[in-house]
Amino acid sequence: MIGVVRDLGYAVLRFIDHLGKLTIFTGQIVRALVTPPVRVRVFVAELFNLGVLSLVIICVCGLAVGMVLGLQGYNTLVRFGAENSLGAVVGLSLIRELGPVLTALLTTGRAGSATTAEIGTMVATEQLDGLRMMSVNPIHLVVMPKTMAMICVMPLLSALFIVFGLAGGYFVGVNLMGVDGGTYIASLQSAVDYYDDVAGSLLKALVFGVLVGLIATYRGYTCAPTSAGVSSATTSTVVIGSVSVLIFDYFITALWGV
Amino acid sequence: MNRGAEEDAHVTFTGVDMAFDDRAVLRGLSCQFPRGKISVILGGSGSGKTTVLRLIGGLVHPQRGCIVVAGHDISQLSETQMYVVRAKLGMMFQGGALLDSLTIFDNLAFPLREHTRMGEAEIVAEVHANLAAVGLSGVDDLLPGQLSGGMIKRAALARAIITHPEILLVDEPFSGLDPISVKRIEALLHRINRERHITMLVSSHHIPSTMRMADQVVLLLPEGPVAGSPAELQRSADPRVAGFLNEEREEEPRPETPGAMHEGAAP
Repeated sequence: MIGVVRDLGYAVLRFIDHLGKLTIFTGQIVRALVTPPVRVRVFVAELFNLGVLSLVIICVCGLAVGMVLGLQGYNTLVRFGAENSLGAVVGLSLIRELGPVLTALLTTGRAGSATTAEIGTMVATEQLDGLRMMSVNPIHLVVMPKTMAMICVMPLLSALFIVFGLAGGYFVGVNLMGVDGGTYIASLQSAVDYYDDVAGSLLKALVFGVLVGLIATYRGYTCAPTSAGVSSATTSTVVIGSVSVLIFDYFITALWGV
Repeated sequence: MNRGAEEDAHVTFTGVDMAFDDRAVLRGLSCQFPRGKISVILGGSGSGKTTVLRLIGGLVHPQRGCIVVAGHDISQLSETQMYVVRAKLGMMFQGGALLDSLTIFDNLAFPLREHTRMGEAEIVAEVHANLAAVGLSGVDDLLPGQLSGGMIKRAALARAIITHPEILLVDEPFSGLDPISVKRIEALLHRINRERHITMLVSSHHIPSTMRMADQVVLLLPEGPVAGSPAELQRSADPRVAGFLNEEREEEPRPETPGAMHEGAAP
């Protein structure tokens, strides 16, 4: 019993310790953001690595999720004679919930883990220490551009996921199930509100971008300088990032109604 | 410690304690490293050789004691304040620590682009001059992963000296190298020291190279450091010194890293 309490106490202390360090880390990133020089080229390269290289997985998954939603939605709605509302169901599901959440989970798995592994490897091979010895702040050169790129690409990828999802739903509903195309679009248009749904969805994706960006870079930056340390940090980025996204999703929905 | 030696010291340790968690690495270390000379920090694995270099670079901070580097007491300096001191330092890491996403040319050009207003033509000339100084050519467009162990060390050395540092920290330059590469690096360090008058601090446990190239040797033993010229150490009646030198000699010339590539095996 004492052992359980001790382990629990240790876990809580470690969590608080990490939370404090993450806060300091975030402060360092913000300070690096407003400190010259401006790292435009590195930032653009990170946009490419995190964003452009994630396009295929985001588009394919968006299409697949939209098609499944179209099929499930039609099969459910047709029982109540409400298949004309398929556009609204697919649209609202994707825009309010599935788009930002699934994009964040996919990006955590692909770009977040890659970010942690890259920074972790730089720690293990003393590249970050090498930068320090050249009077270059590794947070300014390596961490800040990656975090900012993650924050920028997340809403864009989420929007793309939603567009492909809507197209997938349209394809299944209209082309396979025989729902009228005009009805699908009209139902979508009348149900989706720009500020409540679309802007809220992008805001949610932005918050997820901050979360995933911070967790991925923090885990890499603080990982043990060994191959096992890098591996462990990469795994924890995926686990902690995914769980955090789902928990924050609940609170954003509950508090902001998005 | 005489006054002349104190004034001539470029780096001074006074009563430095350093521990990682509960494991004490250095206990009350006091020693000096003279200006413009090659000082080799000798000791077994885990004796704190690399830690001494990392302390000088401000990459780790001592729990107690004072470290003066080029006139700056760095023991309490913040990371930002350390950048001023590091402008006078160059460091060659054991594994090179070259940025693996950049080519060798860009790795060498990196500190110049960051800290100078040199034009691209000047940078090209400076990079090629420093690559030539370490005996490398035709490697501009190669990535660090495409070089052999010895070539990586030489490229790392070129990057460390490209900003003309006053003090050069060299961590285990001979580890994982074959005997020919060891001699090449040894001659290189010696030549750079003589030509550029750089204060060099080299961590090593390679006895023959140490004895050939060092002006001063600081032997880190569990009981405390023993400092002197190579000849003084070899003549030393101290059984700990003789014991260490003989023990290490018996193990040579075995390379430290069994998987390390032979220099000639590079693509």
